[in-house]
Amino acid sequence: MKGEMIAIIDYGAGNLRSVANAIAKLGYQPRVTNNPGDVLSAAAVILPGVGAAADTMRNLAESGMSEVIRQLISEERPLFAICMGMQVMLQGSEEGGWHECLGVIPGIVKRLSSEVKIPHMGWNQVKQRIAHPIFDAIPDEANFYFVHSYYADPDDTSVVAGTTDYGVSMCSVMIKGNLVATQFHPEKSGEYGLRMYSNFLQMALKGRFGRC
Amino acid sequence: MLTKRIIPCLDVTQGRVVKGTSFMDLRDVGDPVEFAAFYYKEGADELVFLDIGATPEGRSTMVDVVERVSKQVFIPLTVGGGLRNTHDIRRMLEAGADKTAINTAAVLNPQLIGNGAKKFGSQCIVVAIDAKRVISADGPKWEVCTHGGRKQTGIDATTWAKQAVALGAGELLLTSWDADGHRTGYDLELTRTISETVTVPVIASGGAGNLKHLYQALADGKADAVLAASIFHYQTYSIHQAKDYLAERGVPVRK
Repeated sequence: MKGEMIAIIDYGAGNLRSVANAIAKLGYQPRVTNNPGDVLSAAAVILPGVGAAADTMRNLAESGMSEVIRQLISEERPLFAICMGMQVMLQGSEEGGWHECLGVIPGIVKRLSSEVKIPHMGWNQVKQRIAHPIFDAIPDEANFYFVHSYYADPDDTSVVAGTTDYGVSMCSVMIKGNLVATQFHPEKSGEYGLRMYSNFLQMALKGRFGRC
Repeated sequence: MLTKRIIPCLDVTQGRVVKGTSFMDLRDVGDPVEFAAFYYKEGADELVFLDIGATPEGRSTMVDVVERVSKQVFIPLTVGGGLRNTHDIRRMLEAGADKTAINTAAVLNPQLIGNGAKKFGSQCIVVAIDAKRVISADGPKWEVCTHGGRKQTGIDATTWAKQAVALGAGELLLTSWDADGHRTGYDLELTRTISETVTVPVIASGGAGNLKHLYQALADGKADAVLAASIFHYQTYSIHQAKDYLAERGVPVRK
């Protein structure tokens, strides 16, 4: 239902305002918060992310959000993770040496090919690998806005819902149960980006996850 | 495939969009929030706001503009002009900007690039380079200018571009001082030289007068994105027309 509180996890990552603006635009009530009670009582949760893996993991740990995120996942609560938020779901990242991540999805985070310009910055196509309500009213190969230098490489290909080509074919949409994660930024991806948040929130609020 | 970006640029002073030639003779052309909403609907890939007044009052006005724009425009927003330190950068990011462009402050204090990249991530730090052609015995050379083109620094633009990237710039916004505002085309040699030198994306700026110029900057200049102001502000061409023109010539664009 519109008007429901949607928690946006604040762990000092910046750029939270864009996500909150997008959620507000869709008619929901965004709450940027680092309060575990708020996050655990929200109808759905968004984990934004920009910056470096090491800082992100440290900030998540220090704010107590690492445990909250694990709890959300173990309770199969609707969670949308963006960019660095997606990458920290894997076991570890090669960024700046090696950094342990949350490890809720088997696989690692690798650096993009040195044959392409880094960061991967701009609009690129997402190939839909599965039929899923997250893609409702979004055409196959629609463009989304990316900005990153590393990418998630999950071991289990069944979690790969969308891929994007940039030097390599990478997982750009990852779905496991009620966890949806994108390498691109839906809040910066125009109308299709807003539509993806809207699809996620509708699924979350209707309990439609798990049926597909 | 990564598409090439079309970026309308809004030069803002005291809360109004203005347009000039070689950074002078400014004319008022409209309201930045209205322009931004219009370009978003038209399919612009990103927007750049440059505070060309760059006064403390202007900066507060810009914060307000960015806050209002980011509530209704869901594409990347870059803000530049007069940002002197990481506090200024943070203020713009918190207002809703995704990236900040730094120019004079980066030349005067290159560590600002590294500090900004470390605090906010390289993707937030765009180094804007204003380059002026200089006569040289061994082919074309460009010198970095600062203070809105009023001061020449003696620094070679290619050397500076490399240094900025090494310090942590995530993107370069490259403006030809000579071509800016003249609508006779981008400085393609400059664009290609810098684009082939650095590993980060380069936005070509200064000189767009028609759609062929956009094509040349992307195809011949090897730019990753093109910035233009007057051809869009005066509705000489729409963003749609620009994208159709580029797509017909094999340039990948988002439609």
